[in-house]
Amino acid sequence: MSVIPAPISRFFHRSASSPHFYALADRFIPWLTAIFLLLLAAGLYGGLYLAPTDYQQGDSYRIIYIHVPAAWMSLFIYVLMAIMGAIALVWHMKMAEVMLIASAPIGAGFTFIALVTGSLWGKPMWGTWWVWDARLTSELILLFLYLGVISLYGAIEDKRAAARAVSILALVGVVNIPIIHYSVQWWNTLHQGPTVSKMDKPSIHVTMLVPLLLMALAFKFYYLVAALQAAKLELLKREASSQWVKTLLEKQA
Amino acid sequence: MSLESFLYMGGYAVYVWPAYGVTALVLAINVILPILQRKQLLRQISLREKREKR
Repeated sequence: MSVIPAPISRFFHRSASSPHFYALADRFIPWLTAIFLLLLAAGLYGGLYLAPTDYQQGDSYRIIYIHVPAAWMSLFIYVLMAIMGAIALVWHMKMAEVMLIASAPIGAGFTFIALVTGSLWGKPMWGTWWVWDARLTSELILLFLYLGVISLYGAIEDKRAAARAVSILALVGVVNIPIIHYSVQWWNTLHQGPTVSKMDKPSIHVTMLVPLLLMALAFKFYYLVAALQAAKLELLKREASSQWVKTLLEKQA
Repeated sequence: MSLESFLYMGGYAVYVWPAYGVTALVLAINVILPILQRKQLLRQISLREKREKR
């Protein structure tokens, strides 16, 4: 007898098969999109309108509401990709491979956003668009890791072999994540230290903190929507000539 | 607060709004592109099916 309750194990077995995953994604995407849009609206309203002007940085600090959540996502998605890479290597789970490769452009997008918004915030506050300090440089390396995963996967013809290669790259690259996180403590840097994660006493007022957390949550739901869309495409690409795709097309016709 | 002073962003409009603009653009591309590519792929697959049936 299994330790996992039957409905749950049935759910996992079904979502491991392509047509069921595809149908499941179709069912969840509208709800996830709705939650994302609600959180986004609340976060933007709170961050751009309700939150007071910062007494030191003026209104330039409002870039925080995309910069910090995007930077969090850039780390979060990479860690997820490394986990999915480990699952793909150990259990040869196809859906882990598909979700890994579907996540890469989204992670690259968030990393790019973190770098560009940081630059646009740095110019008025530090007087420079860019410095080669530890935080900024390690985040730039993260962007190259994402782009490396995308181009390595594209370069290998056999997609099972390509997935194994990117799984290893994702796992090896994960050493960069703690370096990015602790860079502001390990090295002297222009970049400010953590604002929110000092749990004992966050150095940010609650009317500023709540929109930040709403935006962070909104980006999580955005990730789910975008990753499921990309995963649907990847599944179709891989299994274009299979029976379930034919059935799908007949249903749509 | 007037719309004008809101858009003015305390003088930081040239930094704040491009930051939000780039974010919106990148996020939109990463959702819309896979949807468009999937629709194109489905069209290609169904065309191929029809050819094979003939």
